[in-house]
Amino acid sequence: MASSTVLRGTSRGAAHPTAYPLLERHVRVYKRAPAAFASGFLEPLFYLLSIGVGVAALVGEVTLDDGRTISYTAFLAPAMLATQAMNGALFDATYGFFFRLKYEKLYDAVLATPLRPVDAAVGEVLWATVRGAAYAAAFVVIMAALGLTSSWWTLLALPAALLIAFGFAAAGLALTTWMRSWQDFEFIQVAIMPMFLFSATFYPLSAYPDWMQTIVTVTPLYQAVDLVRSLTTGAVGPELLVPITYFAVMGALGLRVAGRRVGVLILR
Amino acid sequence: MIEAQALRKAYGDFEAVKGIDVSVERGEAFGFLGPNGAGKSSTMRMVAAVSPLTGGSLRILGLDPESDGPAIRARIGVCPQEDSLDGDLTVRDNLVVYARYFGIGRRDAARKADELLEFVKLTEKAHGMVEDLSGGMKRRLTIARSLVNEPELLLLDEPTTGLDPQARHVVWDQLHRLKQTGVTIVLTTHYMDEAEQLCDRLVVMDGGLIAAEGSPLSLIARYSTREVVELRMGVGENEAAAERVEDLAERVEVLPDRVLLYVADGEKVVEEAMARGLEPRSTLVRRSSLEDVFLRLTGRSLDA
Ligand SMILES: Nc1ncnc2c1ncn2[C@@H]1O[C@H](COP(=O)(O)OP(=O)(O)OP(=O)(O)O)[C@@H](O)[C@H]1O
Ligand SMILES: [Mg+2]
Repeated sequence: MASSTVLRGTSRGAAHPTAYPLLERHVRVYKRAPAAFASGFLEPLFYLLSIGVGVAALVGEVTLDDGRTISYTAFLAPAMLATQAMNGALFDATYGFFFRLKYEKLYDAVLATPLRPVDAAVGEVLWATVRGAAYAAAFVVIMAALGLTSSWWTLLALPAALLIAFGFAAAGLALTTWMRSWQDFEFIQVAIMPMFLFSATFYPLSAYPDWMQTIVTVTPLYQAVDLVRSLTTGAVGPELLVPITYFAVMGALGLRVAGRRVGVLILR
Repeated sequence: MIEAQALRKAYGDFEAVKGIDVSVERGEAFGFLGPNGAGKSSTMRMVAAVSPLTGGSLRILGLDPESDGPAIRARIGVCPQEDSLDGDLTVRDNLVVYARYFGIGRRDAARKADELLEFVKLTEKAHGMVEDLSGGMKRRLTIARSLVNEPELLLLDEPTTGLDPQARHVVWDQLHRLKQTGVTIVLTTHYMDEAEQLCDRLVVMDGGLIAAEGSPLSLIARYSTREVVELRMGVGENEAAAERVEDLAERVEVLPDRVLLYVADGEKVVEEAMARGLEPRSTLVRRSSLEDVFLRLTGRSLDA
């Protein structure tokens, strides 16, 4: 039975915990359920194979906005990669986070420790980003293996995917703090589906009339596709600062809002 | 350890804590007693630095919860009323991961987890999932979890609710040991025997206010008589019986199943009641307990 040294012990913990232990926690949980993690790889891969093979046979080549032509599969692949980063990040930042927040009451327990609401938000975003980026990384390998990359710039698609995942994760997390029930997630679905179809994913932006181009250009998935496609096709220039800034701001804002909101919801 | 003045907590328009003064010294075991909704948990959450005050002042370990929340929480242990265990992790990982939240290194966290599992007798369940534990086991795990950071101040909100009698005694025993090592303990409870066993000092809360404060013995001396006579009459006869013996006691309480007479000398009163022709199914003379204090102050019986 316990002696008093068991109770008091001798160790004193380090005084500066951060969001890192939360990331550790999420990783530990998914190590127990590797299938749930792995399944996320499959969807965009199926799209790439079915449309990339089937439709490519009909379409053949695509002329990029800068006048170059590439194979349809090479056109589609970076869009799937960007979508991969988005979906991977959003899944945990929305459904996963909501479940932990409202049902598991994870953060009621976490905020009784020295961790702060912002640490909770950072931990979630880190994990969701890792997940989104991991899917994207696997996708890059597949693209390279299939010969769908035409430039060494493709390697930069990885940090780009990381940034994209970060932006979506933080924004998704912030939005999720306002969700009252599972039904509310329909709003997110309603936003994602058209984004997936219209963000110059399946054909170039120039296919749209001007007014629609303007709308599409401001959506995050278009920015993500644009960034990744520019890198994989080697169309690299200062204009890439636009999507980069876009996601940096989206991520920073989302994180800030999410941190505040977690505090408001839990520390009542 | 804790200094609260005119402490208030409101949720919207509703005031759950209406201005209480509480002071807890280092090494003390302090209790909050009170009926459901008295404001005990609301108070505990403010002290745990997870609920902002609505009014008054509060200092914990000499620090201000408003600005030093993380520093306070690093040094206290909290067992909330509702278990908030991590359902995605194993029993042992619950402790390891929680220790990591305090910035405790991996090896120390693992060692601490094993010690604490032993401490609350859950070693056999170490690798099971939380959802497979019984209610009482979850409670013990939550108590173990509150100790991972070797807290100076331990806040326990109804620590033994849902435990079987044996497990309760084990927990009491543990808490006594903790107290001996100098840990300050603040707990809420609905069990009067628990309060008498564990608390050096306690307050009775009712309706967001403190109704009385003192050691268990002093409260009994102040708010009750030396002895209590319990008369169990037939169903529906309690009211009538009470009227016939009112004058024999300092105070009379009529409960659904019995009449309580607060008196100095119980045997004498029983004799006199019989002489007046009362025919109780059973009688009992006992010493006053905190239960009687509680009944007097809140007008509610705990087991009713
Ligand atoms: N988050 C909340 N929002 C609104 N009202 C609340 C909230 N938490 C508590 N209350 C109200 O405040 C009052 C005091 O609640 P509290 O939980 O502090 O009581 P308690 O003394 O712990 O009761 P119990 O013995 O049932 O645990 C209750 O009327 C309760 O309904
Ligand atoms: Mg309570």
